[in-house]
Order: sequence, then C-alpha cells, then structure tokens
Amino acid sequence: MAALICEVVYRGIFQKNLAARITRGIVLSARKSGRWGIAFGRYGDSPQRNGIPAKDFAIVADTKEELEQNMARYEPKHVDVTIAVDDTLSKGVESWAWYGLQPINRLTVPNGTLLMTSLQSFDSLLKDIHKKDAPYKLALLRAKASFSGLWVYREDHTEVRILGALAKIAPSFLSLDGVCQAIRESEWGSDLKVESAKKAHERIETREVKMTEGNTEIPYSFEMPKWWEMREGVTIPAIPVGKPKEAGKGYVPERNPYFKKFTTRTMRPVIDFDTCVKCTLCWIQCPDSCFDVMPDGTYDANMEACCGCGVCEAVCPVEHCITMVNESVFDDNASQWEAWRKDKGAYKVWMTSKIGDKKATVRSHGFRFRGQYEKELEANLEGGGVEITAGIPGENAQHKTV
Amino acid sequence: MAVVTQAAPAAHEADKELLISGSEAVAEALTLADLDVVTAYPIRPYDTVMQAIAKKISGGQLVAEYIVAEGEHSQFEIVKHASTVGARVFCGSSGVGWMYAMECLVVTPPLRVPMVALVGNRALDDPGAFGVEHNDALVVRDVGWLLCWIDTSQEALDTTLIAYRVAEDRRVFLPLAISADGAFLTHSQALTMVPPKAKVDQFLPRYNRGDLLLHPDNPITVAPQANEDWVIEIRRQNNEAMARAVTVIEEAYADFRRVFGRGPENPWFEEYMTDDAEVILVGMGTISLPIKVAIREMRAKGKKVGLVRLRWFRPFPTERLVAALSKAQALGIIDRDYSFGSPFGSGVVANEIRAALYNADRRPPLLSFICGLGGREVTLEDVYKATDLCYAAATSGKSDPKTHWLGVRE
Repeated sequence: MAALICEVVYRGIFQKNLAARITRGIVLSARKSGRWGIAFGRYGDSPQRNGIPAKDFAIVADTKEELEQNMARYEPKHVDVTIAVDDTLSKGVESWAWYGLQPINRLTVPNGTLLMTSLQSFDSLLKDIHKKDAPYKLALLRAKASFSGLWVYREDHTEVRILGALAKIAPSFLSLDGVCQAIRESEWGSDLKVESAKKAHERIETREVKMTEGNTEIPYSFEMPKWWEMREGVTIPAIPVGKPKEAGKGYVPERNPYFKKFTTRTMRPVIDFDTCVKCTLCWIQCPDSCFDVMPDGTYDANMEACCGCGVCEAVCPVEHCITMVNESVFDDNASQWEAWRKDKGAYKVWMTSKIGDKKATVRSHGFRFRGQYEKELEANLEGGGVEITAGIPGENAQHKTV
Repeated sequence: MAVVTQAAPAAHEADKELLISGSEAVAEALTLADLDVVTAYPIRPYDTVMQAIAKKISGGQLVAEYIVAEGEHSQFEIVKHASTVGARVFCGSSGVGWMYAMECLVVTPPLRVPMVALVGNRALDDPGAFGVEHNDALVVRDVGWLLCWIDTSQEALDTTLIAYRVAEDRRVFLPLAISADGAFLTHSQALTMVPPKAKVDQFLPRYNRGDLLLHPDNPITVAPQANEDWVIEIRRQNNEAMARAVTVIEEAYADFRRVFGRGPENPWFEEYMTDDAEVILVGMGTISLPIKVAIREMRAKGKKVGLVRLRWFRPFPTERLVAALSKAQALGIIDRDYSFGSPFGSGVVANEIRAALYNADRRPPLLSFICGLGGREVTLEDVYKATDLCYAAATSGKSDPKTHWLGVRE
C-alpha cells in the first residue's frame, strides 16, 4: 500500500464538523511520517441538511505523484477504510450525491476495514450491513453516535478515538505517535484527548466478516439514462397522484422511486393505532408526506419515505400515540399498520417493548442538559463508551425522562 | 392569449408596400405571426420595436399580452415562463439592457424555450452610447442562442417570420436573437413589402410545445437542480438541437421562397459579386451597404472585389462559408465588434472564420479589421483601405496577423 484512502460516512449537520476533524486529523497525523495527503468532502452531498448521509475523504500517500492519482475526484473508486460515525448508517446510505441505496461497505476494498462507532453487537450490525462479494474486517469503537450541530461541537473525543483506532488499523501510515503528536498540535487538541486516542487504540474490537455474512437485501438502484433517452428542456415527469389504499378507502400517495430518503433517518415514529384519534395532524404536518391514510382512517408512517424528523411526535395530541425510537433497534421498513391489523395483541407487545426502551427513545440529536457532553466524555473514558440515557426526550413524551 | 383569426384563404391578396423602419417591420411580422405575449422595457434602439408593437395592440391589429417589466431581467423571465405554457413570445433589448438579462439569456437554451428576441445592437457601456456594436448579441454566442444579423427592413420582416418557424420547430426549440444595427436599421424607414396574413398562415404553424408543455394535464417539473451526473447530457442535447437547426433553417428558407415568392436561396450569407472576386470582404449587418457601394466603385476601376454578408452566426455555416471564401486570393474580415486580448487582437467574426478555415484545403491570406465601433459610420475610404491591404496580402501570399483598426483618429 503506497496510499491509504479513508472515507468518513456521517450525518449532515450533526456530524459535519466531526467528519472534517477526522479527515483533517488523518492527513495531519500521516504528515508526521512525511506523507502527503488531502482531505475533502463529497461535493454533491448536502451536509447542511439534518441527518442526510454525506461523506468526507482523507487520502495519504508516500509521494505527491501517488496522491495525484486520487485527486480531482468527487469520490474515490475504493477505500481502504470506511469509517461510519453513526451505526444507523449500517443500513446503507442515499445522499444527494448518489442514486439508489449505497451499502455502507460498498467502497471498502477486499480485506479492508469498516470502522464504526456503535454499542451494538457485531451480529446485530451484520443484520443491517449488506453482504459484500469479498471478505473484510468490521472494527467497532464502543461509543454512541456523536451528534452535535452546525455551529456547536460536541467535545466527546470521538474524533481522537477514531484517529487512535485508525493507528491500529493502518499502522504503516498512521503511527500512534504521529496521531498523538497531531492531536497535541491541533487547535482542538489536549493531553486528555491524547489519552482518549491511546485508549481507543487499545480497545478497538475487530472481527473478520466472511463473504457469506450480512444483509442479503438487494439495494435499490437507479440506472442513469443516456442523453438521448432524457426528456429535453431540463424537464422531468411529475410523480403521479396516489391511489386509495384498498377497496376505494384510504390514500397512498405516489412517491419518487429514485430518491427515497429514508437513510436520513436516525429515529422513527412508532405508532399506537389503538389510541389514534384520527386528527390528521401528523399527516398534514409531515414535511415529507410520508403518512399513508389507512382504510380505517388512521395514519401509517411509510418507512421508505420517513426522514425521522419527529414533527409527527411533536404535533400528536395523544400521549404515547407517536413515539420516536432509535433506528438501530429496527431491522426492516415493514408497515406498522399491517402488523397491527394482522395481530393487535402481538403488535401491542412489540410496540410496548420499543417505546419502553429508555435508551432507544432518547433523542439521537439535540441538546438535552447542561453538562451532558462532559458526562458522556467521562463515561467514554472510564468505561470505553457507556451510553448516557438521561436527558430530555422527544417533545411530546414528558414521561420518558430517565 | 391572442385570438387566432382564421382568415379565409386569400391567395389573390397582394403584398402591401409600406414605408417602415426595421423595428416597425418586426412589429408587422409579429402581428402576422399572431404573437401571444410580449414584454417590454425601454432602451434605445430596441425601444422602437416595443413602441411599434404597442401601437399595433392599441390599434386593435394585434391581440396580445403586453407586459411592461421593471427591468430586462424580468422582461426575459416573463416570456420564458409564458413560452413554457405554450405562448408565442417576443421580447428584446439592447446593449447593457441585454446584459442585465444575462441570467435569463443563459437559462433559455437548456430549457429549450423558443423565444424570439430583437437585439437592437448598441455599444456596451461605458461610455454610455447609443451607436451600434455587435458585442451585445455576441455575448450569448456560446450558450445556445440562434443568432442572425439583418441589413434591411424587408429582411427584418421576413427573418422574424422565419425566426418563429425555426425556433419553434420541435427539432430545435432554442431561443433566437435577430440583431438589427442601432440607428441604421432600427431608426431608418424603407419601403417594405408586407405579406397578407393568409400567406403567413401557410408558412408558420402554431407553436406546439408538446410533451414539454407546462400544464396541469401534463404534470412535469421544469429546471430541477442537477449535479455532475446530469449536466453534460443536457449540454449534449443542446448541442444536438443546435446541429439540427441547420436543416430546419434550410427548410424554412426554402418554404419561405415557395410561399412568399422571395427570399435568398442561401440562408446563411449573402454573396455580392463574389463569383470572380479576387478579394472578398466579410461583415455582418448594415456594414454591407457602404461596402457594396465601395465595391461598385472599385469594380469600375478594375478591382475585382466581392462581399460576403453573414446572416447566420449561430449556427455558424462553416462548410458553406469555407467553400465560398477559400476561392478568393485574400480575405478581409470587417468586425463591428471587439474581443480584447483574443488571438491577434481580432474581432469575433475574424477569429471564427480563421478557425473555420483551419482545415480547409486552401487558406487564402486573411486580414482582420475592426471598424465602425460605437456606431461610427463606415466610410468608403475605410473599405478602400481595407481592400488595398488585402490586395497587398494577395500579392505576397501571406496573412497579415495584425488587426487593423479603421476610421480611428490617429
């Protein structure tokens, strides 16, 4: 390997600054051993949009000439290390820069590494991560997803822990000494952060993933038309109007089959159809028109269309009728309403387990309490990453506070 | 929207002869073409056409939406939108007004909006000046506008009818600018034959936007944001439309001659006394008039000089022009425009012709002249001087790379 190519897959706004620190950190760390490097974001992404998957890249090479082979590109063709800083990205990503669903390990080279921050088990993650036609390594850094904002940064040491872990994964390019030196010299560095990087270097867990392992779902794709197949005049056909759900009742809007957007979601609404008063507010207020009207007048959030913004939970006047739950505890996009119609008792058990999960119902992003980051940091340092569940939950569920 | 009056076929109806300016001739053509939407914002010399159209509407000869915009940018935006919903549209401007509309000028070709515009050619500010220079219209030469130049009121009328026929052809759907030299054409009245509506109806079909029509019954999105995955394909489509325009223009002129019994056989350029010409001068617009006079004078003295007056600049008639020019012993390209810092400091037309000749089997010596800027008259002496330099080059057999400025105080 004369060059090390890394991608950081992150969520728009919440992790934009995190991803930039990681990719810059990689280049500046490799510089300590005389390497050349570049850091850049994928230009077609829209990293200023809440939660939308986006990518940053860091490429380091022994010589400037080797580096040039990877320059003037939007995205490398393959990467040695894929870094996913939120484990719900394991379900695949669909960004502004990409058509169809891109498996999280799509660019990872055979025998390369997929490094994730996650509290899930390897097996749980491999239910979501798509199968790959080559073996690779899955490395886990025990931490919850570090989400902050565009103008604030969450100093929970995630960036240095990733860099410390990378020194273990690609020691020939990033020595731990080089990483520590680069952290110390950085404007956001500190001795405490250097310690965090070293601990992450020790604690990184890695497992081989065989070709036979992973989610067997075939990701939806989109073939780009040729110039003469495209409608002229920068014109595209509109999405047709929808249809009744069944037997002339209900309403299901047609949706863009080429851009589904659900990988933007880090939390999803779980709906109690028994307590729904059919007030229409969720349906009307949803900014993505993701609710389908069911024949009985209730509203089912279509999981192929939901971005997980939580507006429905906020506007729902019925307590616990809509509860946002972390995406990591779900394995598919199946209809909740269909499950409820099939077996109301079983649905009640399933729903109660999801919305009763105190960890999973804490909001994935947003400010919760003063001192929260410091507490999380402490936990990360002492325990190698223990989830903090305390704080303000979603707006419409006062009783979820731990 | 204009109400289409289906005039009874009146083949016997004769042309009327009117004494009108180039701008008024355009307004006559717009009336005959049953224009739907026109936008206006005054700037000299284009404002003459906007006044002429207003008169047509107030006189009840034309039923059309006449919208006075608050600036050229809105002026071109409004017709762009009107065209996407199926209206036959017209607008125009001059000099820096045309520049102010630039954002709209660049979006109309990819959106495939067949707007027809009159550019009353005017020098770009500064200094503020009313006189003709071709730089205003030439600014859109790379972005997909069809561009032509005219030199008489008759040609203004005829070309306006042809313009709709070409631009609104489904194979083309591109905006088209007719350039008319400020003052010499826009403000000067000449005897002009105005055909009856029945003939025009035989020549010009209704505008049919087809599957690109923005209408509730044809739900489409126009102009979505696109990234690098789409743009080059859209440019390729645009390029193809421009290439297809060549055939459509030739068809339109042939049909024009069939219906109206007049019009050139060669749509692309006028050839004046070029058959035996040793020196061929090339220019666009009303510059042709003093050149023709000078040619006659020079021919009386035994100098075999000819003129090629370029009508169509986009699409550029490369092969036909090369065939017409390469037979001369020397060429003199007279630009009423400038392109500072360009190869040899030449004007735009000279450099286009140099490029067109590059692969020609025979490349006569080529001289480049800049003349008549800011509306300065092109004198016979200017033309004699240019011709003499061309003869010197013909004798030496060498191109003179220097660009000569004619009629400058020095």
